Amino acid sequence: MDSILSILREYGVLLLVGQYPNGPLGGLTITLVLSVLGLVLAFPLGVAIALARISPLGWLRMPAAAVIYVVRGVPLLMFIFWVYFFVPVLTGRTVSGFTTMVITLVIYQAAYLAEIVRAGIQGLPHGQTEAARAVGLSYTQTMTKVVLPQALYNMVPALVSQFVSTIKETSLGYVISVNEVTFAANQINSSLMTQPFQVYFILAAIYFCLCFSLTRLARFLERRINARREGTFRPATSPALAATGPIASEHAA
Amino acid sequence: MGSKLDFSVLSRGEYPQWIWHGVLTMFELTLAAWLFAMALGMVLAVVRMADSRVAKAFVASYVEYHQNVPMLVQVFLWYFGMPALLPHAAQQWLNAHNSEFLLAFISIGLCMAAYVSEGLRGGIRSIPKSQLEAARAIGLSYLQASRLVLIPQALRIALPTLVSHTVLLFKNTSLAMTIGVAELTYATREIESQSFKTVEIYLLSTVIYLGISLLIMTAGAGLESRYRIRTR
Repeated sequence: MDSILSILREYGVLLLVGQYPNGPLGGLTITLVLSVLGLVLAFPLGVAIALARISPLGWLRMPAAAVIYVVRGVPLLMFIFWVYFFVPVLTGRTVSGFTTMVITLVIYQAAYLAEIVRAGIQGLPHGQTEAARAVGLSYTQTMTKVVLPQALYNMVPALVSQFVSTIKETSLGYVISVNEVTFAANQINSSLMTQPFQVYFILAAIYFCLCFSLTRLARFLERRINARREGTFRPATSPALAATGPIASEHAA
Repeated sequence: MGSKLDFSVLSRGEYPQWIWHGVLTMFELTLAAWLFAMALGMVLAVVRMADSRVAKAFVASYVEYHQNVPMLVQVFLWYFGMPALLPHAAQQWLNAHNSEFLLAFISIGLCMAAYVSEGLRGGIRSIPKSQLEAARAIGLSYLQASRLVLIPQALRIALPTLVSHTVLLFKNTSLAMTIGVAELTYATREIESQSFKTVEIYLLSTVIYLGISLLIMTAGAGLESRYRIRTR
C-alpha cells in the first residue's frame, strides 16, 4: 500500500497529463480526449450507416451491412494496424499515433453506434412512422422530425455504455505508442522495474473509477427513461432496450 | 500502392509455417479461454442466484471489475504484475511453462467469465420464479433445480448474447500479441516487418479473422433457430 502511494506521489501527474507542460499532453487526459473525439465524430457516421441499413433501397442496405459485419468480425487491433499502415499511403504524409487512433475509433464505433441507432429506431412502435406518413410527412421528414428524435432520446443510456467501451478501447493505442494512460503506466513500469503489480493495479483502478461511474450513470438514465416510457406507452418499452442492451455490452476491448 | 498484390511471397520460406502456427495458437487460446469462461461464468451466475448477500456482493464486484477495466490492462496486470507476487519457485515454473500463453488464457478467460455470467443472469432473470419454486417443491435440491431446470432454459434465452460474447472473445485473443503470444496478429506483424508485403499479409489475416467470426455468428444463428423455445 505504501509503495502504491509513493508511486502515485511521484508519477501521479504523469498518469494524469503526461509530460505536460514540459512536453506533449498525455496520460488520462489524452485517453479522455481520444474517447470523446472517437465517439462524437463517429456519431453522425453511425446514424448515417443505421439509416442506410434500414433504408428501403438495396444499394444502400448492402454496403452498410457489410461495414457492420466487417467491424464486428475483425479485431480492433487489426483495424489499428490497417489505419496505421494505409492512411499515410493514402494521404501521402506521416500521420501521428493520435490521429491514427482517432480514425480507427471513428470507423469502429460508427459500426457499433449504427446497430444501437437501428435498434432504437426499430424499437419505436410502427404507429409512429405510419401516423407521420399519414399526416403527409415525407420519408426524410418522418425520420428527422418524428423517428430520430424519439429513438435518440431512448438511446442515451446505450450511448453512455458505448462511451465506456470507447474509453476501454483507447488502451489499445498503446501498441502504436499513443501516449495515453496505459502507455504512461508502461513507461512508469519500465523506469521502476521492481513494482509491476503496483503500477498496473493503479492503472486498473484509474480505469475502473472512470468507467464504473459512467456505467452507473448509464443504469440510472436507463431506469429514468424506462419509467418515463412506462407512463406514456407501455407495449414498446421492452423491445428497444432489450435490443440495445446486448449490443452495447457486446464489445469490451 | 501502384504495384500489384503478390501473395506468392507468403508461401516462401518460413512464412507459411508462421501463419499456420499463428492460426493454431489463436485456436488453442480461443478454445481454452472459452471453455474456462463458460464454466466459470455458469458458476458465477448460479452463485449470484444464491440467497447469500456475501456471495451476491462478491460476484457483483467480480463482474464490475472485469467489465469496467480494459481487457488489455487486465492482461498486463496478470502478465507483468501477478508473477512478481509469487514465490521464486512458482515464477520459475511459469517461465518454464510458456507463461505468456498461460497468463493470456487466464486473464482473457477470467474477463469473459464476467460477461458470460451477466448474459446468463439476464437469461435466468427472465425465467418466472415459479419454475424454481416448482422444482424445489417436487424435491430437487437447489443445485439440481439450477442444473436441470433453470440453466437449460436460461442458456436458450441467453444464447444470442453468448454467441456475440464468443465472437468477442475470439477477437480479443489478438490482445495476447502484446505480451508475446505468437498468435495470428503477432505472426502478421512479424511477417510484415520481414517481407514488407504489408497489404498481402494484413489482407490474409483479416480475411481469416472475418471468416472465423462469420462462421461463429452463422453457427450461433443455427443453434438459436434449433433451440428456440416454442410457444403456442
